[in-house]
Amino acid sequence: MTERRVIEVEGLVKKFGSFVANDHLTFDVRKGEIFGFLGANGAGKTTAIRILCGLSRPTSGKVTVAGIDAARNPEEIKKHIGYMSQRFSLYEDLTVTENIELYGGIYGMRMKEIGTRTEELLQRLDFTRYSDTLIRSLPLGLRQKLAFAVAVFHDPEIVFLDEPTSGVDPITRRQFWEMIYETAARGITVFVTTHYMDEAEYCDRVTIMNEGRIVALDTPAALREKYDTDSVEELFVKITRPKTTAL
Amino acid sequence: MSAAIEAYNITHRFGSITALEDVSFAVDPGELFGFIGPDGAGKTTLFRIAATLIIPTGGNMTLLGLDTVKDYRALRNHIGYMPGRFSLYQDLTVEENLNFYATIFGTTIKENYRLIEPIYRQIEPFRKRLAGRLSGGMKQKLALSCALIHKPRMLILDEPTTGVDAVSRTEFWEMLSGLRSEGITIIVSTPYMDEALRCDRIALIQSGKILGIDTPEKIRRSYSQSLYAVKHPEKYRLLLALRSLPCIQAPSLEMPSGHFLNARPSHALNAEPFGDSVHVTLPPGTAPADLTAALTAAGLPGTTVTEIVPGIEDVFLELMKREK
Repeated sequence: MTERRVIEVEGLVKKFGSFVANDHLTFDVRKGEIFGFLGANGAGKTTAIRILCGLSRPTSGKVTVAGIDAARNPEEIKKHIGYMSQRFSLYEDLTVTENIELYGGIYGMRMKEIGTRTEELLQRLDFTRYSDTLIRSLPLGLRQKLAFAVAVFHDPEIVFLDEPTSGVDPITRRQFWEMIYETAARGITVFVTTHYMDEAEYCDRVTIMNEGRIVALDTPAALREKYDTDSVEELFVKITRPKTTAL
Repeated sequence: MSAAIEAYNITHRFGSITALEDVSFAVDPGELFGFIGPDGAGKTTLFRIAATLIIPTGGNMTLLGLDTVKDYRALRNHIGYMPGRFSLYQDLTVEENLNFYATIFGTTIKENYRLIEPIYRQIEPFRKRLAGRLSGGMKQKLALSCALIHKPRMLILDEPTTGVDAVSRTEFWEMLSGLRSEGITIIVSTPYMDEALRCDRIALIQSGKILGIDTPEKIRRSYSQSLYAVKHPEKYRLLLALRSLPCIQAPSLEMPSGHFLNARPSHALNAEPFGDSVHVTLPPGTAPADLTAALTAAGLPGTTVTEIVPGIEDVFLELMKREK
């Protein structure tokens, strides 16, 4: 892992009317890093990710993604990143090959390159027999694996994964994480959100958001030590649980 | 005491797809019983059958002695069902939704307030807010309040914690413990394996079949081998190194090197990433020290190997592999 920073965020603020969704966020993500982005529902994760992906502009603060200013040039960011979410990833009524070709085309890859790399991809995923299968008929686990492969098909600098493993079986979940490791080892930065706290342990560093702010950011081991907990899950509950909850 | 739920050979097909195959189980009165399995395992279909919403292709199920097909009308008064997708009226307020459910069952919020209080109290400050504008955790609490408002004897909760953050999930399970102590029988499904420990008993379900039913503790003890957690700061390198070990030299066994794993494929070194460690089972006759030595030889010194108690997910993985 080199020290080159592919995401630099300094004093990011995003307001919706009087509501402050992101309150002075400051963090860096390095090239080839697996960066976990955790937080309670409504903590402001989605807002921050939308800004990092060039889908929304910051109210104030400096955000640079792949060297591009997110306030001035959000459109340009989209060419340098990949994105996958649990909710939407592939077109269900297109085949496996058609989906790959579509994404390659959207990202401006040449037809010839798309052809060769599609072949490679299908073999690497052991998907050749599914090349003409409609996404709709693929089991969820296979779909999620393909969606991830498609999100990094154009060799982006960063890939954003929004709860990529929700609901998938334990075997697929592990295969998925091995794909993440492989991708990071290739130098692609992985920015991932998850509700599985054990997955937070797979990350190089994790950040925990609460009520619009970053309340913790470090390696999982350092955080466990700092907060004297055995797992990131315990840590998460300790940090974000509202003190007033009485049951 | 007769069972609160009895399911006999439930099979359900959607066209050519078999969603459930020969599923049988029994739940005791007052039990908190969990169905643990990934998406597509058949959990929702099973819960919809229990909630009298669909008729199974084969087999039968009784809840509180009432048949889910023949006695569905009577049964509906005694069960509270919380579907996986938020199904309340988004354009009614919190209070209006709750009132609506109370009215349908011929009761009032006031009459059953005590039962829902620990849950409803948390969202009561927002009672004038439209349900569609609530956060995920609050929607979940409202849905549970609505499922409870007619004082059911049984709750059927389909993936109440999916997509909900770890804090709200912890709170939700605490609420369920509270309801169980009121004597309400609860069946609940979840894709999160760690939540299994919160249940009295669990059924592991995958591809429409039940892989095992028991208390979480017994399920964990059913793991067939010794399990070790192997740690090294460079997790991916560790995993690759473990996968690349041609064999682990077991001094006690005189086997030509390289043939060891092939000879006993079912007892091969098995390595799965789990959080900050890799969970490994060793071929018979291999000691943890042999593994550290082999890893050092493979260029990865300084690994630690500790024997651990298997978790539910370890067992699930083992059972899934056995099925395949």
